[in-house]
Amino acid sequence: MTDTGTYLYAVTSAPSPGIEDLRGVAGTPVRTIPCEGLVAYVSTVSLDDFGAEPLRRSMEDLDWLGETAGAHHHVVEEVADRTPVAPVRLVTVYRGDEQVKDLLRNRHDDFVDVLSTVTGRREWGVKAYVDLSAPGPAQTAPSLGGPGTAYLKRRQAGLRSREEAWRQAAMQAERLHETLSSVAVASHRHRAQDPELSGRTEAMLLNGAYLVESTRDDEFLKTVDDLRDRGVEIELTGPWAPYSFTDLEVRGDG
Amino acid sequence: MTVEAPRGAALAEQGRLPAERVALVDLLDRLLAGGVVVSGDLVLSIADIDLVRISLRVLIMSVRENLGEA
Repeated sequence: MTDTGTYLYAVTSAPSPGIEDLRGVAGTPVRTIPCEGLVAYVSTVSLDDFGAEPLRRSMEDLDWLGETAGAHHHVVEEVADRTPVAPVRLVTVYRGDEQVKDLLRNRHDDFVDVLSTVTGRREWGVKAYVDLSAPGPAQTAPSLGGPGTAYLKRRQAGLRSREEAWRQAAMQAERLHETLSSVAVASHRHRAQDPELSGRTEAMLLNGAYLVESTRDDEFLKTVDDLRDRGVEIELTGPWAPYSFTDLEVRGDG
Repeated sequence: MTVEAPRGAALAEQGRLPAERVALVDLLDRLLAGGVVVSGDLVLSIADIDLVRISLRVLIMSVRENLGEA
């Protein structure tokens, strides 16, 4: 018999019907732990797979990571379809159900706060790109000094124009973020994705998440379309469960 | 597994992107940097170890491998 742990996906304030057949990470059945008006969504997992040491190896395995992230996401989405949800970060494993109950008891008010913040709202992702390799302002060829000086001056001019391009891009990102935030209840900027991960050659200006009132979804999407019409290269993702807006730190022993 | 960039209106009509069309990297932005972070009496929390760096390195490597094969 192997040791098991309790894998936590999400917390809600109301039980959601119809999740009986739901499967989570590693194909495990999902069940609920109700406690003091909150409901935790969990699976029993083997610590042979979800212990600290096995995980260190597994997280290096892209197939495993993709499957596990997908399964976690699937559970959160199914629950989010039914009731407001506070998703928990990937791979949060408790020793047992009692520890999860302790968490719900001890941090009851924090969860209630988070859940009230996300109720009736959804997260949208907006990524904006800029092509920094586009030709910048014409560089003036210096006529004074020797070839070494000319080279250095050209190089400085090149660096300046590149710096200037980045500066402009950063300002543009700031403006985009402000425009999108004005239609959102809350916003968060994720770190820009590496070009190798985004799958695009252009630099990512903005990797934003926006918590939008459901009644303002159309307005938000129109704002995105307006930005596109102004020539900004944009990728929209979502709607997401409010992953980016439940990042409170909860100490289980608090 | 990349997300196309459909017009917002079309996406709103559709309601939600199917899970398989959610790009892993966008998902990891949220699953590894967002969500309620719990610490305390845990077997393991992602907050305990720098898995983000590890997983991103894996992603980059896999992208490079794919490019190499192409």
